[in-house]
Amino acid sequence: MTVTSARPSSRSEASPAAKAAGGKVYTPYSFWFYLPTAVIYAVLFLVPTFASFYYSLTRWSLFESKFIGLDNFVMFFQEPALVKGFTNTLIYAVVTSGSKVVLGLLLAVLLTSQIVGRGYLRSVVFFPVLVSTVGVGLLFQVMMNPERGIINGALGVIGIDGPGWLTDPKWALMSIAAVDVWKGVGLATLIYIAGIVSIPREYMEAARVDGAGAWDTFRRIVLPLCKPATVTVIILSLIGGLRSFELIWAMTRGGPGFTSDVISSVIYKQYQAGFYGLSTAGNVILFVLVTAIVLPLNWFLNRKEVDM
Amino acid sequence: MRFRPGASGLALLAVCSLTLAACSAGSLGSSDDAGGSGAVEITYLTTNQDQDVKEAEQLAKDFHAKNSNITVKVETRPGGTEGDNIIKTRLSTGDMVDIFNYNTGSLFNAIAPQKNLLSVNDEPWVKDLDENFKKTVTADGQVYGAPVGGFQGGAILYSIPVYEKLGLTIPKTWAEFMANNAKIKASGGGVAPVIQTYGETWTSQLFVLGDFHNVSSAEPDFADKYTKNQAKYATSPAALKGFEHTEAVHDAGYENKDFASAKLPDGLKMLATGKGAHYPILSGVVANMVATYPDAAKTVGLFALPGDDASKNGLTLWTPGGLYIPKTTEGAKLDAAKKFQAFVASPDGCKSQNTAGAPTGPYAVKGCTLGDDVPKAIKDMQPYLDKEGSSSLALEFLSPVKGPSLEQITVEVGSGIRKAKDGAARYDEDVKKQAQQLGLAGW
Repeated sequence: MTVTSARPSSRSEASPAAKAAGGKVYTPYSFWFYLPTAVIYAVLFLVPTFASFYYSLTRWSLFESKFIGLDNFVMFFQEPALVKGFTNTLIYAVVTSGSKVVLGLLLAVLLTSQIVGRGYLRSVVFFPVLVSTVGVGLLFQVMMNPERGIINGALGVIGIDGPGWLTDPKWALMSIAAVDVWKGVGLATLIYIAGIVSIPREYMEAARVDGAGAWDTFRRIVLPLCKPATVTVIILSLIGGLRSFELIWAMTRGGPGFTSDVISSVIYKQYQAGFYGLSTAGNVILFVLVTAIVLPLNWFLNRKEVDM
Repeated sequence: MRFRPGASGLALLAVCSLTLAACSAGSLGSSDDAGGSGAVEITYLTTNQDQDVKEAEQLAKDFHAKNSNITVKVETRPGGTEGDNIIKTRLSTGDMVDIFNYNTGSLFNAIAPQKNLLSVNDEPWVKDLDENFKKTVTADGQVYGAPVGGFQGGAILYSIPVYEKLGLTIPKTWAEFMANNAKIKASGGGVAPVIQTYGETWTSQLFVLGDFHNVSSAEPDFADKYTKNQAKYATSPAALKGFEHTEAVHDAGYENKDFASAKLPDGLKMLATGKGAHYPILSGVVANMVATYPDAAKTVGLFALPGDDASKNGLTLWTPGGLYIPKTTEGAKLDAAKKFQAFVASPDGCKSQNTAGAPTGPYAVKGCTLGDDVPKAIKDMQPYLDKEGSSSLALEFLSPVKGPSLEQITVEVGSGIRKAKDGAARYDEDVKKQAQQLGLAGW
């Protein structure tokens, strides 16, 4: 025990950064050098963060604010739309994140194989990531129109009576999630391609010599060695899913009624309605929620990686 | 490595454009003041609806013809809650234009008029304003706005050809209305008895909001009690009717097939082409409909939302928008803005608005007349206004309490997702937040 605690301290003695913290020893930068960024950081990040914590405790009309303690938080949790928004957020995050992992991995396996026009196909998968989210949302809104949309038109040709993708409460959230996956799977694929490409060829060759088939190679080599990529994809897409807003707003505005509302759209609507204190409280809650889900998950996934 | 120069170049560009943007924003603000020669330009902010823009530009043009040294520049903003936010943000940051158009009634109260707006109490034109209108732009005994546009009716637009073909008469009670719907549905031909357009959510509220005349004739003190948190939609039988009606047309299958995704223009098309019989909506949409389908000026009529008692049936009215001057307008621009406001609130202003397109309804200024060629639907409003006790203002002009989520709730009730009673209770919860935000007593 003493040994382990002594080692870091002796190491820190040798490090110039730690000495700088003591304030006596030479650093490459003077205090003035830090000042501009420190001011920008404080003005643009520190002040708003603490101001938002304060305003979440007030009834705020932009013109004046009145301190009301934790009432906003109490009211936010009593909000009937919140329960729906909360479950929808979780469903949406898990569904999009899960689909991106599975589809991204499969696409990456395909796109690292020896197929014709590989470079072109890779860029095509990535292309939706580059397009404006709102544009994609509006486009799909038109395509998913139950009467005049191209999707139900195509289904009608083969004799299927398609549902109201965005107007039927049972389908709305899942339709948006599907579009989200289409739009975001390129990034997951990209990360997986990088992961698969970095696996040394020798492993595959050795496995083939040992008589492993395609499935075994995938299961025993590609999958485990892609773990860092999987962790990155899960974390990124889960955070993206938890705070997703643009696509949902562009496609349904949380509708029909409140059936595809997520936490961010609930917050946005309160902001629109002029309940600035209440919506600020909502943002604080969203911040806590994302942290509460992602921090342990990150720790859990990375721990597994180290164990391996 | 190859990317490095590019990246730093990009950063440089970003920094430069930031500085440039900062400069131009600053110089824009100061260059406006250079008006020594007597020529003044003021900016007028209005909503980006086609008809509103046309009207604003016509007003600006006619005003300039009379005051050649003043030019009015029209700027637009989105409507709805997004527009509310723009107005509030610009007022609170002192960044408002010289004169702007905004709602009256509860939304007017929410922008802190005492703090942000210039009182027009002593202007000579104020005495010519309609009393009902004046109430909706008054805070603490001070008048703040001039009317722009006409009154609107929250009513049912109906297709006259459908009525003539089936020999129907205009219903005065809800039962008669539903009987008409049944006949229209039974006659076949693919005519939807009731048009609903939930693709644009605000259009879903009319069965509730437009029913207020019937509510107040059954419970005359509803608005006062509502403001004091003593009356509720869910517990007042008269007020609950609006939600029940929304539910009833869905349960009976009277809505058009694409009600969930259709938008306002789709609804107007159905009505103008006789594919739909009834459309509960604000009369403000008539001008747009007539501009697209000129025949609709004669083939579409209007009647008030039917209630329980035929003898008390009447029209629910929305007051015109308000024209306000923020306290940040100063000097020569202030004088110009005041002149423009006075022009809009005069018979000349009404005439100018008449030339811009079909009016939404009667004007709130004494001496203003609707032209002779107004559409039938607008003419149909006049009898309700002429007869004593046959019209009342909508609830949002009598009480500052209005929740933001009504349109989502009525979409749910009208789509069969939620029951009427449940929807009304949910709306009562929704308004609580608004009342608390406004700091009303009793909430």
